[in-house]
Amino acid sequence: MNLTFVDWTIMVIYFAFVLGIGVALKRYMKTSTDFFLSGRSIPAWITGLAFISANLGAQEVIGMGASGAKYGIATSHFYWIGAIPAMVFVGIFMMPFYYGSRARSVPEYLKLRFDEKTRGLNAISFAVMTIFSSGISLYAMGLLLNVLLGWSFSFSILMAAAIVLVYVFMGGLTSAIYNEVLQFFLIVFGFAPLVFLGLRDAGGWSGLQTRLAGVATSGGYGAGAWTHSWQYMGSPSTNPMGVEWFGLAMGLGFVLSFGYWCTDFLVVQRAMAAKSMSAARRTPLIAAVPKMFFPFLVILPGMIAIALTYKSGASGFTLPKKVDGSFNYDMAIPMMLGHYFPSGMLGVGLTALMASFMSGMAGNVTAFNTVWTYDIYQSYIKPRATDEHYLWMGRMATVFGIGVSVAAAYVATRFNNIMDMLQLIFAFVNAPLFATFLLGMFWKRTTGHGAFSGLLAGTIAAAIHHGLTLPVGAVVGVKGGWFGVQHVYPSEMAQNFWTAIFAWSSCFVVTILISLVTRARAEKDLVGLVYSLTTRPKDDEISWFRRPATLAVAVLFAALVLNIIFW
Amino acid sequence: MRLDIRLPIGLMFGLLGLILSVFGLIGDKYEYKSSLGINVNLWWGLVMLVFGVVMFIMGRRGTSTARLTEDSPEGKKIEAVEAESER
Repeated sequence: MNLTFVDWTIMVIYFAFVLGIGVALKRYMKTSTDFFLSGRSIPAWITGLAFISANLGAQEVIGMGASGAKYGIATSHFYWIGAIPAMVFVGIFMMPFYYGSRARSVPEYLKLRFDEKTRGLNAISFAVMTIFSSGISLYAMGLLLNVLLGWSFSFSILMAAAIVLVYVFMGGLTSAIYNEVLQFFLIVFGFAPLVFLGLRDAGGWSGLQTRLAGVATSGGYGAGAWTHSWQYMGSPSTNPMGVEWFGLAMGLGFVLSFGYWCTDFLVVQRAMAAKSMSAARRTPLIAAVPKMFFPFLVILPGMIAIALTYKSGASGFTLPKKVDGSFNYDMAIPMMLGHYFPSGMLGVGLTALMASFMSGMAGNVTAFNTVWTYDIYQSYIKPRATDEHYLWMGRMATVFGIGVSVAAAYVATRFNNIMDMLQLIFAFVNAPLFATFLLGMFWKRTTGHGAFSGLLAGTIAAAIHHGLTLPVGAVVGVKGGWFGVQHVYPSEMAQNFWTAIFAWSSCFVVTILISLVTRARAEKDLVGLVYSLTTRPKDDEISWFRRPATLAVAVLFAALVLNIIFW
Repeated sequence: MRLDIRLPIGLMFGLLGLILSVFGLIGDKYEYKSSLGINVNLWWGLVMLVFGVVMFIMGRRGTSTARLTEDSPEGKKIEAVEAESER
C-alpha cells in the first residue's frame, strides 16, 4: 500500500491534535485526583464515549472483522447478548457502589468491601495483566503496519508508545479520555465509508446474503448460517462457531461479558471520572447506544470480505491467504482499506486504525498507573506521602508501564507461545471475578475470606477444566489437555465459554460456603457498599428521559429488536 | 478548566474534511476506480467538514468540559475522604 503526501498530512494532523490535547491539559493536573480521576468532573456523554473507545483497541477492530469473516453475523452475540446487557447492569446496579463508595479504583472497592488481601490479589493481577495486554496489542500493531506499509516493527511501536506516553504523562486520565472521544469519532468516520463501498460492491444486503449463502453451503452449513445470529445455534454442529445456545448465553453472555464490562477497571475508571452519581450511572448506558451498532462497523466488513472472496464483485476484492493456504482473516479490514480507499480517504482509514491501537493502549496505561499508585504503591510501599509525591509517582508509573509494554512487545516477537500462555492465564484469573462482585454487592453476608478463597478456587477450576479438555483437532499444549483429555469440545470458543462457566460457578459456590463459616462484618461498616444497606440513588431531580432507568429500558429494547431482526 | 473537547474535535475534523474535499475536487479522477467510481474524498470530506463545523460551534457555546478538582463537588468529596483516611 503506497501512501501519498495527502495521507501523510492527515496522519500528521491527527498526531498533532492528540499531542496538543495533552499539552493543553498539562496545567490542569494540579493534584493526584486531577491526574487519576479527572477531578471527578466530566460530563456523561464524554465519559460514555471514552468508555467504549478505551475498549476499542486492536482486538476489537481487527479481531471482530476476522470473526465476521469466519462466523458471520453470529459474531454480534459479543455485542447484543454480551456487552449490552452487561453495560446496562453495571450502570444501573453496580455503579452506585463503585461511585458512591468513593473508591478510587476497582481494587480499592474490594478493600472497602472485603479486606486487604482481596484487594492485593486483584490489584497485582490486574496491574500485570493490563501492562502485558498493552504489550500484546503493540506487538499486533507493529506486525500489521509492517505488512501493510512496510514500516519497521521498531519504528511503529516506538512511535505509538511515545505519543501515548506524552499525552498521558502530561494530561493524565483527562487527556486519555479526551483523546478517546476524538479517536471514537475518527474510527467511525474512518470505517463507515468502507462498509458503504463494500456493501455496494457486494450488491447490497441481498447480494451479500446470496454470496454468504454460498460461503455457508460450501462449508457444509445451512444457507443462512452466516446471516442469522440465533437460528443455527441449536447445536454446535450447525454453526461455524461450534457452540450451542446454552454455552453461548451463559459462557459469553453472562460470565465473560459481565466479568469484563462490570469489573474491569479499564472501563469502570471512565465512569468513575464522571461528575455526579447520575452521570456515572449514565456512562455505560450512553456507551451502549453506539456500541450496539458497532457490529455494522467492524463485523460487517469481515462478512463482506469473505462474501466477495467466494464470488467476486466488480472491484475484484479477495481475502489474502497465509503461506499454508488458509485465509488470513485478520487482514480482512486492513486489506479492504487498501483496496477501496483512494489516497486521501486511505490516510483517514489508516489513521483510524492507528487511533484504535492508541486508544486501547492509553486505556491500559491509565488503568495501570492508577492501580499501581493507589493500590500498590500507596498501600504497601509508601503510605502517607504528600499528594505531589503521588502525582509524581503516577507520571513515573506511566513511563514505567509503557516501557514494560514495549519490552513485552519485543519479547512477543521472539517467543510467541509465551504470549499465548499469558493470555490463557489472564483468562483463568478473570473468569471468576464477576461472581465475587455479584456476591459482594448483593449479599451482605459475604466475607473477605470467602471472596479471597472463591477467587482462588475459580482460577484453579478454570485451569483444571482447561487441562482436562481440548477443542477438536487441537494438539495437547496451550490449547488444553495437559491433565489428560476427558472431553473434546467442537470448537475453541465452546471450550473457552465452558471454562468460564466452570470458573464462575466454582467461585460462586466456594465464596458462599466459606462466607457462611467465617465471621461477617458489622452491618454499619457495609453501608454504601452493599445493595440492601444502601439507599437507592434518587433520580427525581433530572428530567425523566435522562434518568438511567429510562435509558436502560430503551437500550435493552433496541438490543432485543436487533436480535430479532437478525434472528 | 476551560477546554471543551468539542473544540479540538471540531477543528480537527473541519481541517481533515477540508483537505479531503479539496483533494477530491482537484485530484486525479482515475483514482476512484477502486472506490467503485465514487469520489469518496469529496463526499466524505464534506460530511467530515460539516461535522467538524457543528462540533466547533457547539463547543464554542457549550460547557462540556472537565474541571479542576477544586471546582468539582465530587472531586472535593473524594479528596476529603482521602485526607480523612490519612489521619
